[in-house]
Amino acid sequence: MDASMLGMWTFLITEVLFFGGMFAAYAVYRNMYPGAFASTSKFMDVILGGTNTAVLICSSLTMVLAVRAAQLSKRRDVMLFTVLTMIFGTAFLVIKAFEYHSKWVEHLIPGFDFQYDEPRYQHNAQILFFLYFCMTGMHAVHMIVGLGLLTYLLVQAKRNVFSANYFAPVEMIGLYWHFVDVVWIFLFPLLYLIGHRR
Amino acid sequence: MLASLPLLVADLQLFPPAASAQAGPIDELYWFEVIVSAIMTVGIFLAVIFLAWKYRRRANVRATQIEGSTFLELSWSIIPFLVMLVMFWWGAKLFFAAQNPPKDAMEVFVTGKQWMWKVQYPDGTREINALHVPVGQPVKLTLASEDVIHSFSVPAFRVRHDVVPGHYDSLWFTATKPGRYRLYCTEYCGNQHASMGGWVDVLDDREYASWAGGGSHGSLAEQGQKLFEQNGCSTCHQLDQQGRCPILRGVYNKPVQLDDGRTVTADDSYLRESILDPNAKIVSGFQPNIMPNFKGQLSEEQVIQLIAYVKSLSPTTPASQQGVQQRPVVIAPQAKAPAVRPPQ
Amino acid sequence: MATIAHGTHGTPEIAAEEVNYLNVEHGWKSWLLTTDHKRIAFLYLISITAMFFVGGAMAVLFRINLLEPEGIFSAETYNRLFSMHGIVMVFFFLVPSIPATLANFLIPIMVGAKDLAFPRVNLLSWYLYIFGAMFTLYAVIRGGVDTGWTFYAPYSSTYSNSYVLSAAMGVFIAGFSSILTGLNFIVTVHKMRAPGMTWGRLPLFVWANYATGLIQVLGTPVLAITILLLAFERVAHVGIFDPNIGGDPILFQHLFWFYSHPAVYIMILPGMGVISEIVACFSRKRVFGYNFVAFSSMGIAVLSFVVWGHHMFVTGEAMYTSVAFSFLSFMVAVPSAIKVFNWTATMYKGSVSFDTPMLYCFGFIGLFTIGGLTGLFLAALATDVATHGTYFIVAHFHYVMVGGMVMAFLGGLHFWWPKITGRLYPEAWAKFAALIIFIGFNLTFFPQFILGYLGMPRRYHAYPPEFQALNVLSTAGASILGIGYLIPMIYFAWSLKAGPKAGPNPWGATGLEWEIQSPPTTFNFDETPTVTKEAYDYGPLEEIVG
Repeated sequence: MDASMLGMWTFLITEVLFFGGMFAAYAVYRNMYPGAFASTSKFMDVILGGTNTAVLICSSLTMVLAVRAAQLSKRRDVMLFTVLTMIFGTAFLVIKAFEYHSKWVEHLIPGFDFQYDEPRYQHNAQILFFLYFCMTGMHAVHMIVGLGLLTYLLVQAKRNVFSANYFAPVEMIGLYWHFVDVVWIFLFPLLYLIGHRR
Repeated sequence: MLASLPLLVADLQLFPPAASAQAGPIDELYWFEVIVSAIMTVGIFLAVIFLAWKYRRRANVRATQIEGSTFLELSWSIIPFLVMLVMFWWGAKLFFAAQNPPKDAMEVFVTGKQWMWKVQYPDGTREINALHVPVGQPVKLTLASEDVIHSFSVPAFRVRHDVVPGHYDSLWFTATKPGRYRLYCTEYCGNQHASMGGWVDVLDDREYASWAGGGSHGSLAEQGQKLFEQNGCSTCHQLDQQGRCPILRGVYNKPVQLDDGRTVTADDSYLRESILDPNAKIVSGFQPNIMPNFKGQLSEEQVIQLIAYVKSLSPTTPASQQGVQQRPVVIAPQAKAPAVRPPQ
Repeated sequence: MATIAHGTHGTPEIAAEEVNYLNVEHGWKSWLLTTDHKRIAFLYLISITAMFFVGGAMAVLFRINLLEPEGIFSAETYNRLFSMHGIVMVFFFLVPSIPATLANFLIPIMVGAKDLAFPRVNLLSWYLYIFGAMFTLYAVIRGGVDTGWTFYAPYSSTYSNSYVLSAAMGVFIAGFSSILTGLNFIVTVHKMRAPGMTWGRLPLFVWANYATGLIQVLGTPVLAITILLLAFERVAHVGIFDPNIGGDPILFQHLFWFYSHPAVYIMILPGMGVISEIVACFSRKRVFGYNFVAFSSMGIAVLSFVVWGHHMFVTGEAMYTSVAFSFLSFMVAVPSAIKVFNWTATMYKGSVSFDTPMLYCFGFIGLFTIGGLTGLFLAALATDVATHGTYFIVAHFHYVMVGGMVMAFLGGLHFWWPKITGRLYPEAWAKFAALIIFIGFNLTFFPQFILGYLGMPRRYHAYPPEFQALNVLSTAGASILGIGYLIPMIYFAWSLKAGPKAGPNPWGATGLEWEIQSPPTTFNFDETPTVTKEAYDYGPLEEIVG
């Protein structure tokens, strides 16, 4: 493995620990308030969340194809697949924006006039919703950074920088993108699917 | 200040008094640790000084290159580790002993709030930043915080426990020497953290009897009863008749079955939570969202009074019956209440 | 190679200065946009020294306050002083200290490389450090933060009326600086070693900083998320640590200490690496038990992650949880003890000289031993309960961090100063300063052990009068210590202009760094070295005992 890949892997491990702190908080509070957490599922749009999951998985596919294209010195394909990945990534963020907006309208953003229609779970549900926004928000920030990295990739690809002899940046950014995808794979069931279909 | 140097030296304390039953044993461990540390420190200092002097650089004397010695490595790993195991075991043993107060411990309630300690006794006496305890009697302090994390500490007793808002903490001790000892807050809690201290007075039996006189407002339980009525608790929690709410008579320290299947013990913490966050745990067979939430309306001190009242509704039982399995008190509901959400 | 330059009259000036990383380019852009690890290390050196004196000034001030039982300044002022002292010293001095300065400078050279694996990331990490320092200094200037460096909720999130957010954001940003430094070291050690430089031939300084890098990379992100959660709580009152809505203040502590305990090993391991180098050179011997010392560094890094609960024995942590943490805390002491014994044994049959770096090494061994042993008092449950939150803790961590790490840092600075700057510092003044520091340090902190067991709480602006004598002693020591730290500042600065020029190897030490010129050229080596010798090859191996 060359130095830049080792560097990216090491960086991704730091990201695991970063998200890990939030997952730990989630685990602790879910253990303390199982009923409240389960009650929040009905406010989570599983259709949109599921669509987003599919979108991200597709984006990982296009990303891998971009890496493959770079390895095969196929400049046009690199650009094509990078653009497709960016489209999927953007679609994800747009869907997320819709979700966030609906939460705003329903007063489900902690700290901004949070109201919960089950008084029994009001307080503890607030914790879940904060974790929802924190975790998906951090994830979205990483997606946005990813889009920035993909833009850089696109520009470099256009300049025909990548070939079978040199495709490390594509690989590295691909790795980053897959990581962000995997984080979502964990987030989705933990935030959207608890309490559904008891 | 220089002029007061003689006084400074005269006042100089180097070791705290040992005024509790735990203090002596903890000091023994402390001195063991000091002696081990002193031996190790002196040993290392001497070794360094000796080796540095004996092998100081001299012309024409070359260093001998030595790789190492597995035997030495193992020895100086294993032997210190064994000594450490002794410290570990000893410390854990004393720690265990400090966790569980004896059943006949006298209960005192301490509420920490920026920046004072408010002490309540079962007979209703209250004081601030002061604690009076009889000698030779185990005392259990139940600790509550109104705001931030504090920490209650009496160095002479070698006891300390953080006081974390949101639940009860406790510590216990048996004072062994009459006298006056300092108590402190030892978790930074804001501006006047350094002022949040006071005195523990350990009194012999005669002095304690003359000090204890009860508060002018009646015992803790009586104060609690007043609150119980003033706040409308009696409307639902009728004492002898099943109302919309669980019966409170006899509930203290008994197992209670919740609507999610768990069984918990109705101890102080449970009662506190039931008052300040009633929806956290719903007794099986009852509805959520009925009992009002008293957070912000009742102070920690008032909650302590209410709990004392609920305790008084139970026949006097030992504080806890460890290891005794009890059938949970299943409170049969009346006709199923309609599933209506209370108006917002 | 000395460059023979011609002077203005056409005569050769053989004494003309060699081209080195310091004089190869001039101008602020060549410094602020450099990717040379040595220049970046120099930039860091200036920055952390400045922060050290900021934090140190605060300490002098609050020690003055503690001369009087009633205090001298207001409680508010005192509370901000001790908090800012902790934040500045921990996050802006100790954590970066050796890694960002000495290790940054030396690791590429020690492994035989031209630079670190990611030179631009190295520069980025310095900028992040500066950016973070700006935030924190802003908080200082605006009046400071008063939560203690530990930022415990709910005080810091809900109650404190001070600049929590800016101080916390400063720490957050500086954390990324630390992560990137660690990442760079890890990849460099894995991927950039010269031919023949096997893991078993690496200087122990490299092992120590590699282990430190592992901790930085794994632990610091948890601090980042902890601070972020605290920031959200403070700004938007989301409730994650608010007991009023079911949040748990103890969760904050778990998350905080999950980083902050390993952090203390970030703060000591590099110092231990320096001690290995110094004791070898000034005993003219390979370090006794090289493998054990190397693996102890790794062992400390691993174990450091499983002991954080020993900071929480009195918070109501479950009894058996506390027992487990207590046991593991004793275990983590073992590798440190192994190192101390190995360093001491290195002098056996050595040829020991008493230059200033070695004096600091002696100081480290003695004071770190005391600091580490007092840690055992705290690993034991019962005595921790008796001393938590008191000056015993303060004394313990200052013995390891100041008596240990700062001494090691000064020792390393003196040892490698000729290499870094090409100048020699004045040895007599240096020895004098080392003595002053040793005396001042012990006078400051030893009385605090006694105060702690007596029960004097930490973070108190005023205290019961019976503690005054010991406090006065401690303050006297602090003034001496302060003077002691100023002396090297002065003579190091002086040496830059007027110190005698140093050759490539004034100490006669082994190691790739001593085989190149002082100061080194930008790319360190004229050509990539091939390593054939063990580390510390001061002579043929004569004894392999047991």
